[in-house]
Amino acid sequence: MSTLLDLLSRPWPWYVAGPLIGLVVPALLVWVGRPFGISSSFRDVCAATIPGKLEYFGYDWKDHAWRLAFSVGVLGGGFLAWQVLAPTDPGGLSVAVSEATRADLLALGITDQTGLVPRQLISWEALGSVAGLTVVVLGGFLIGFGTRWADGCTTGHAITGLSNLQLASLIAVIGFFAGGLISTHWLLPIILAGLQ
Amino acid sequence: MSGRRRVAVRSLFLGLAFGFVLVRSEAISWYRIQEMFRLQSFHMYGIIGSAVLVGMVSLWIIRRHEIRGPDGEALEIAPKETGGRNTRYWAGGAVFGLGWGILGACPGPIYALIGSGHTVFFVALGSAVCGTWLYGALRDRLPHY
Repeated sequence: MSTLLDLLSRPWPWYVAGPLIGLVVPALLVWVGRPFGISSSFRDVCAATIPGKLEYFGYDWKDHAWRLAFSVGVLGGGFLAWQVLAPTDPGGLSVAVSEATRADLLALGITDQTGLVPRQLISWEALGSVAGLTVVVLGGFLIGFGTRWADGCTTGHAITGLSNLQLASLIAVIGFFAGGLISTHWLLPIILAGLQ
Repeated sequence: MSGRRRVAVRSLFLGLAFGFVLVRSEAISWYRIQEMFRLQSFHMYGIIGSAVLVGMVSLWIIRRHEIRGPDGEALEIAPKETGGRNTRYWAGGAVFGLGWGILGACPGPIYALIGSGHTVFFVALGSAVCGTWLYGALRDRLPHY
């Protein structure tokens, strides 16, 4: 039992996690009858909460309650993994990224590299800084806008779409990476300039 | 239980499992996303690549054995429409990628991070919902294909 708990509360290698994520595609399809995608839940939140007459949000979000239920589940999974079965090994509280990445981030001014996310940048306190505010608010905004324009996110396009051999998803995934490379190498150094 | 509720409960459980794996694989970590975009580790490529491979084989099995959905319906993921310059996919995708590279979390991880206690991601979620709303407002004026 203790070994099982130990296995459940330690970081998993990619070859365990990746296939498990891949299995969500058939599980949702067979069990729920829906293709795997998460970002459409943002649209449901708009349809459910923001008043107005926009045609794009003029549908009954309750018909898509499974999507919101899935999102609530993901939130619960995060709670279970980090609050209930928190990593016991102190090393598990820091992410084992490569030394090259650590050095690059240090050069950008990220001196505290513990935790899942850098608290210098992404925390309630950091929202008071220009860099922190930009990362959280602008980052979130671009994700919400881009994912609806592209009609899918990492799950809908990269995992489900590529599994289904869709050309549209291949184009979208190339777009995701192009955008990410631009952010990482051009935008972040500008945003983080204040940290150094 | 009504059909809608039964499906929602199953969906909740699958979400729970997915969120758990996202945390354990560290795919929700800003550091891992930076590492991926700096091409400094195979970790994230391994996760996404093996997920796609398993998804692909699963869909092949579903088609081959004509496995049916919860209401006995035939299961087919309708391919997304393509045409013209496919602007929505590359341009929308690039906008999404710009955000992903900055925030270090895509939609699934945003929910998982909130649950894990990183409640500042509520702000990112609110911002993403605003972005989605703006897309809905500008949709008719944006190029799609």
